[in-house]
Amino acid sequence: METAGAAGQPVLELTGIGKEFGAIRALHGVDMQVFPGEVVGLMGDNGAGKSTLVKIIAGNFRPTHGEVRFDGNAVHFYRPIDARAVGIEVVYQDLALADNLTAAANVFLGRELKRKFGPFAFLDHNAMAARALELFGELRSETRPHDLVKQMSGGQRQAVAIARTRLSNAKLVMMDEPTAAISVRQVEQVLGLIHRLKEQGVAVMLISHRMPDVFAVCDRVVVMRRGEKRADKSIRDTSPEEITALITGAKEAA
Amino acid sequence: MAMPLESPISFTNIGRIRWWQRGIFASQTGYVLLALLGLLIVMHFASPYFFTQGNMQNVAKNFSFIAIATLGITFVIITGGIDLSVGSMMCFSAMITSMVMSGLSTPGMPGAFLFVHLAADGKTVVANVPGLILLVSILAGLVTALIVGLVNGFCITVLGLSPFVTTLGMLSIVRGLGYVVSNGRGSFPGGPDADYFYALTSGDLFGVPAPFIYLVILAAVMAIVLHHTSFGRHVFALGGNEKAAELTGIPVVRVKIEVYVICALAAGLQGIIISGWLGSAPANMATSYELNVIAAAVIGGANLAGGVGGPLGAIVGCVLLEVIRNGLVLAQVSSYWQQTLVGVIIILAVLVDRIRSRIA
Repeated sequence: METAGAAGQPVLELTGIGKEFGAIRALHGVDMQVFPGEVVGLMGDNGAGKSTLVKIIAGNFRPTHGEVRFDGNAVHFYRPIDARAVGIEVVYQDLALADNLTAAANVFLGRELKRKFGPFAFLDHNAMAARALELFGELRSETRPHDLVKQMSGGQRQAVAIARTRLSNAKLVMMDEPTAAISVRQVEQVLGLIHRLKEQGVAVMLISHRMPDVFAVCDRVVVMRRGEKRADKSIRDTSPEEITALITGAKEAA
Repeated sequence: MAMPLESPISFTNIGRIRWWQRGIFASQTGYVLLALLGLLIVMHFASPYFFTQGNMQNVAKNFSFIAIATLGITFVIITGGIDLSVGSMMCFSAMITSMVMSGLSTPGMPGAFLFVHLAADGKTVVANVPGLILLVSILAGLVTALIVGLVNGFCITVLGLSPFVTTLGMLSIVRGLGYVVSNGRGSFPGGPDADYFYALTSGDLFGVPAPFIYLVILAAVMAIVLHHTSFGRHVFALGGNEKAAELTGIPVVRVKIEVYVICALAAGLQGIIISGWLGSAPANMATSYELNVIAAAVIGGANLAGGVGGPLGAIVGCVLLEVIRNGLVLAQVSSYWQQTLVGVIIILAVLVDRIRSRIA
């Protein structure tokens, strides 16, 4: 678990992020930094503000207050594509896969590789399949590019969704509950996939309810409660019991 | 960013999908095609007239009359939408085309002097440029369809109305407009270019009916567009998981508007072709054809839930419907049975597919 840690420039830096939906204050004064090659767990009960925070970083919402800095520059996202353009990728909880398409088609959805024939551009099926196979190999997932996603296991689907984030040179990958709905063996695979991303210097933000997963892969854990950041601790300096207390509010802050 | 692999990936736990378990072999289109071939063989033994050249030409012509519109609606169905306005659209485009054609061919009508003049005898109308009236009038019919398609797409994507309601309304609007512009009387293609019009719509090339040739060309183009362009891939993605399509940055609104425009254009073209064969565009033309078109698409394997469908299925569905109709006539069964049988086949085709996917 020894990583770049505090050394160097943070890839993502949030200062004083706040978000209001009408009279509801969803987030208030959140400061946070994520460094390259670091896995940060984001924990909190339902309604704690995790999803809102993720959606702000991913470009779904704009923050009401505060500043988002990415790679040292202040950024303003209007749509998810803007966030993707600078190198933020999200693996959504429902994975955002089209069941009726192949694994390769899903990996390249919205950024298909094409070959020009005069005025027409046709899909380059071979190049996409080859690149997808390469990505599945990097992720150590036994997934065939030409198989339909419909016929795949939960772990394979997860691999397809994660492979999509490896297509561009993503610097930050946020994963929303990647282990919520899959079997024990597949959880192992997904945690393995997170390690692979980390090895390649990608910062990962893991949003999860599952304490064992967070303690297995994360370097640092951030706890949210009632729209505020209540803790930001290295995984070595804390325990599942303390985190649980922070989530439920038995312990106010740490 | 590629990472060297310690060992190439091996597929120890993941078997290869067998060829008969994927592609066309595992699709409803495949089963229905098989059923169709079976039916053709049965028909061959049931009636000596079935495989005669005349009857085959007849069948080819008849199914081509709904197949082009079926290709169009298949795009919409793949995205998980529906278009009920195709029948009305056929009529309206055909009507506009023939009205523009006869209007431009009548000296004295506004703008007609650009296209025609009277011959020396003072009676015969002569085109200034042969074929120009035909071109303009067909374009007029297609532009009408384009506008209707845009309105459908706009209401569904931007205003967020359901495709069923929008196109049900449009079915009525377009049919009503057809009655308004024609005063309920229908219209006839006329003027010096009418002969070209009939040759292009109900003529044939080396014995192959012209509509069938258009159908084959359009189906080939559609197959390429669906499977080898990013537009086609986005159409499938939209039907498979619209939310995913949106999150991955697919221009959902644009793709959806485009499929409704394609559908309306196909219906418009189909209507123009039918009017050439009928020799007129009556105001009640193609009434309830939308049901035949949707039935053909569904029988051929397009899934109304979205995500599945293709040109082969659309054609197979149309051929099956026409062969049944034709077969019942040749077998001297009352043609009233046709509708009943078509309904049974719709349910059977979908049922077989459901059973198959449950077993697999």
